[in-house]
Amino acid sequence: MSTTSQPAPPRQYRKPLVRVLQVAVHLGALLPLVWLFYAIPRGALGGDPVKELIHFLGLGALRLLLLTLLVSPLARGLGFGQLIRLRRPLGLWCFAWACLHFATWLSLDLAFAWGLIGDELVKRTYILLGFSAWLILAVLALTSFPALVRRLGRRWKTLHSLIYPALLLVCVHFWWSLKSGWIEPAIYLSLALGLLWFRRRLLPWPRKLPATSKP
Amino acid sequence: MLIKSLTRGEAGENQVTPEDVYLNRRRFLQGLGAGTALAATGSQAGLLDFLSPSAPQTPATGAAPRAPLRYQAGKLESGLILTPEEKATNHNNYYEFGTDKTDPARNSQGLKTEPWTLRVEGEVAKPGTVDIGELIGSAALEERIYRMRCVEAWSMVIPWVGLELGKFLKRFEPTSKARYVAFETLYDPEQMPGQRSSFVGGGIDYPYVEGLRMDEAMHPLTLLSLGIYGQTLPPQNGAPVRLVVPWKYGFKGIKSIVSIRLLEKMPPTSWNLLAPQEYGFYANVNPEVDHPRWSQASERFIGPGGLLDVKRQPTLAFNGYGEQVASLYAGMNLRKFF
Repeated sequence: MSTTSQPAPPRQYRKPLVRVLQVAVHLGALLPLVWLFYAIPRGALGGDPVKELIHFLGLGALRLLLLTLLVSPLARGLGFGQLIRLRRPLGLWCFAWACLHFATWLSLDLAFAWGLIGDELVKRTYILLGFSAWLILAVLALTSFPALVRRLGRRWKTLHSLIYPALLLVCVHFWWSLKSGWIEPAIYLSLALGLLWFRRRLLPWPRKLPATSKP
Repeated sequence: MLIKSLTRGEAGENQVTPEDVYLNRRRFLQGLGAGTALAATGSQAGLLDFLSPSAPQTPATGAAPRAPLRYQAGKLESGLILTPEEKATNHNNYYEFGTDKTDPARNSQGLKTEPWTLRVEGEVAKPGTVDIGELIGSAALEERIYRMRCVEAWSMVIPWVGLELGKFLKRFEPTSKARYVAFETLYDPEQMPGQRSSFVGGGIDYPYVEGLRMDEAMHPLTLLSLGIYGQTLPPQNGAPVRLVVPWKYGFKGIKSIVSIRLLEKMPPTSWNLLAPQEYGFYANVNPEVDHPRWSQASERFIGPGGLLDVKRQPTLAFNGYGEQVASLYAGMNLRKFF
């Protein structure tokens, strides 16, 4: 992974390789959703798939978020700058999964009982954390169109640094949402902290994010 | 209405569903369901499967065999709809076999439930062991169709088959010192992956233990269950013998019991040990006392509908059995003793 060896593929293959990887990202994020259509009626998520479906979608969104944040260290480490083209589709797919996760909770679990939904959003801190992360992702998704990216210029980068607090919010949301067991959320949190560690010098507010420097 | 059907031995022979009819009812209903589904969706059936009732199958390979039971049929309280058997047997919390709802059905089919002995000891004049196979053959079993409310805010309606715990315990002649009853699940890490690894078992300190106050245990609604839907219990539902306390959250219904001990003091209970601020000893269904992380005021009923057929309903105090059991808690602060 050292920057001097630059194990990136030969120059002429890079562009087609990025294309292939882009297609892989789209398929990788889409196919599990297609799979759900066939698997749920066949009982793959159990007799009552609602809770499992929410969990499946939430965990998928978290994984996509981690992958999104893996892109730039990987591009830098491999000296393969064009990999950065994977970042936007990964981020947008992460938002799509997060939307489905949120929408499933609203519709299939709480049945659009808005009074209850409002109460739960305010009363349950872990839901509030997840909701805040979703709002951040929404802002980032809406400002990811190339035209807006150009117009925002330098401010785009600052705005999109919000992805780091969002990542931590999601990890805590996941941990807190579980009835028991800590090993799985701890693995995800360490992966997240690892990704933040790569960027410790680049973070715009290193002193304001004590959680990243603790371990 | 429900109470009436429970007053001992009232239902006459004519009310008992003939066994062959009962045993064939699923095939009949399935046929009916398939017919309507086909008629309704026509050629698009494949695509719209997603929206129609899910019909998960118990794993075909190596599914634990179940035997039909002889019992006095129970009555379905008016307004209640049975949860389909496929859902009740494929959506389980049984952390000994994994924490996902589908894990128990997948991982428990090899559980050896025969022979199975249940020990009854402690504050009883005649401690002893019971062979569950013999109990199934000899006891007068009855069906009880109860609402089942999980602490996770979902609910089902399940036809249990079993015998009143109180009647069962009387055989062992509880002494005057018996104030509580402690239950224990099988501890067998070789058969139960969740007991081998904390990662699989959700961090519970096994064996799983539960407890009731003596008056709760002796209450006629409390059931020692040996079957569901007319047959012996499948492993994921707690074969071969489990507890059913319909006015309490589902986690009180300890599964695959090997030991019952009558005690003078309140016994520890597994979920309370794991998270005392979230799960109390009593765990009575109470819409007014929220779980710290979600509201208990309403619940999602798991009925025969498909994924999009969401039925959110208000949760009833004592899960709708207040008339029968509220007096057990007269004068108690149920916010404190949740």
